[in-house]
Amino acid sequence: MNQEPIIETHNLSKIYGNQLAVNDLTFSIQEGEIFGFLGPNGSGKTTALLMLLGLTEPTKGWARVAGFDSTKEAIKVKKIVGYIPENIGFYDDMNAIQNLQFIARLNNMPDSVSSIKIEEALESVRLKEEAEKKVGAYSRGMRQRLGLAEIFIKEPRIAFLDEPTLGLDPEGTNWIIDYIQSLSRDKNITILLSSHDLKQVQKISDRIGIMLKGRMIAVGSIEKLAKEKLGVDDKEISLDDIYMKYFQEEAV
Amino acid sequence: MTGIGPIFRKELADHFSSYRFIILFALIAMVSLITTYMVGISLREELGGVAKPKFVFLMLFTSTGPLFSLVQFVAFFGPLIGLMLGFDSINRERSSGTLSRLAAQPIYRDSIINGKFLSGVATISIILISILLVVSGLGLKLIGVVPGFEEVWRIFLYLIISIFYISFWLGISILFSIVFRGIATSALATLAIWIFFSFFVSMGASVVANAIIPLDQSTREDTEMLMRHIRIQRIVSLISPMQLYNDSTAIIIDPTRKTTRSLVLMGPLERLSSERFRRPLSLSQSIYIVIPHIISLIAITFICFGVSYAVFMKQEIRST
Repeated sequence: MNQEPIIETHNLSKIYGNQLAVNDLTFSIQEGEIFGFLGPNGSGKTTALLMLLGLTEPTKGWARVAGFDSTKEAIKVKKIVGYIPENIGFYDDMNAIQNLQFIARLNNMPDSVSSIKIEEALESVRLKEEAEKKVGAYSRGMRQRLGLAEIFIKEPRIAFLDEPTLGLDPEGTNWIIDYIQSLSRDKNITILLSSHDLKQVQKISDRIGIMLKGRMIAVGSIEKLAKEKLGVDDKEISLDDIYMKYFQEEAV
Repeated sequence: MTGIGPIFRKELADHFSSYRFIILFALIAMVSLITTYMVGISLREELGGVAKPKFVFLMLFTSTGPLFSLVQFVAFFGPLIGLMLGFDSINRERSSGTLSRLAAQPIYRDSIINGKFLSGVATISIILISILLVVSGLGLKLIGVVPGFEEVWRIFLYLIISIFYISFWLGISILFSIVFRGIATSALATLAIWIFFSFFVSMGASVVANAIIPLDQSTREDTEMLMRHIRIQRIVSLISPMQLYNDSTAIIIDPTRKTTRSLVLMGPLERLSSERFRRPLSLSQSIYIVIPHIISLIAITFICFGVSYAVFMKQEIRST
């Protein structure tokens, strides 16, 4: 992978009041990669995603997404990025089709085009039967799948997925992880996956980054991190062991 | 401007399909119709066998029924429409997690607030236009007088001023929905400010006037002091948009009124008889009298929206 990185940050920092949320974050992601973004709650993952998307201005440093400056060219960034926030919100009094249609319109997609895509998307996330139901009546898993349908319709080059499997049962989690993998494989979407589910992240990620207290304390493939931190050259090593090792060392 | 169109359409659909809108609209329409009906019946009886005076059609809006006139009703309850349309416009999006999703789409951030404000203004306009049309139709049927060209213009101006007036309250409520994260808090704050401007400004104005020029036996007999007292009271009360609205619409909708300062209350018959002795003002003259009020009303509406806009644009968008 020698091409220009599709996501790149340099000394990206964010201070909320007197709290340092992200501290000198420097990393890059190549096109087509699935990048696992790990870290405990409050480690700055979500803030970093918001800065990459141009929703929050960095206090210091810069971020580029597909060559566009996230702060100055936020609209261009948002055109090519699909985003599922941690607590994904939909308009509960609208049904799935209406919710997706609204997002399609915001993306300047004509209704004639979007209606076909919406049908395909709902079928692909197994929500076709529930399409006419108000989203307020959806379970958490169904809402997450609807979020993925939004990604499907938008067909972005990059997807930022913030805890997409949070609060789901094992079956739902497996389904979502497989779907994310298929998005990357079939549509060549670069995925930035923030999650606490280390097993699932290990299953699909090409590389991972570990955030702690606003800093990126480790970046690389699981094998590379295992070698660096645990001194083993074992592909079957558990990501939990690597993660806990970093976590304990930093805590000390 | 990217994104305003879809947001505007969605918000408009949301307003018209919400129960609170339907209930409030039904209430306002019902009271307007009852008021107009009673005023129309009383005008028909009083004008029976008498040559119809000029501008009688406008009296449908200004004459008080058993409780209040249509103009007074809109001045007092109109703000509720604006408050109801905006008090949860931003904080509901925030609490339901749709704001970050919305802002993550390729639209300018100000499209969100612009779309919401414009849809609110459109809803206010539709409500007022439909009520005025229905009231005018009922009035035509009841008193059998077709409004003249100038009367139509006066009603049109009244409509425009009313739209700005209610939009001011919409701006206030949107501002509170940005500032307060809790929906209940913003609802209470908007109601509190409505009550403050409705009741306490006039009370505060008389307190201030009394503090500057106390009304005792000697000052009551001194006309100049009394007039100064009243002037101070009026100036202080002009901080209320309700006062600005009342003053401007009273002159616009009633051509026989020549000043915003009215010390004597008159019934419809008294007004009809006094009209014989004084020439009504032309529309341009009426506008000339209240143009400062109208401009102030428009200015505070824009200022209020401007503040909402600035606060919203400066706020951080978080994932929840």
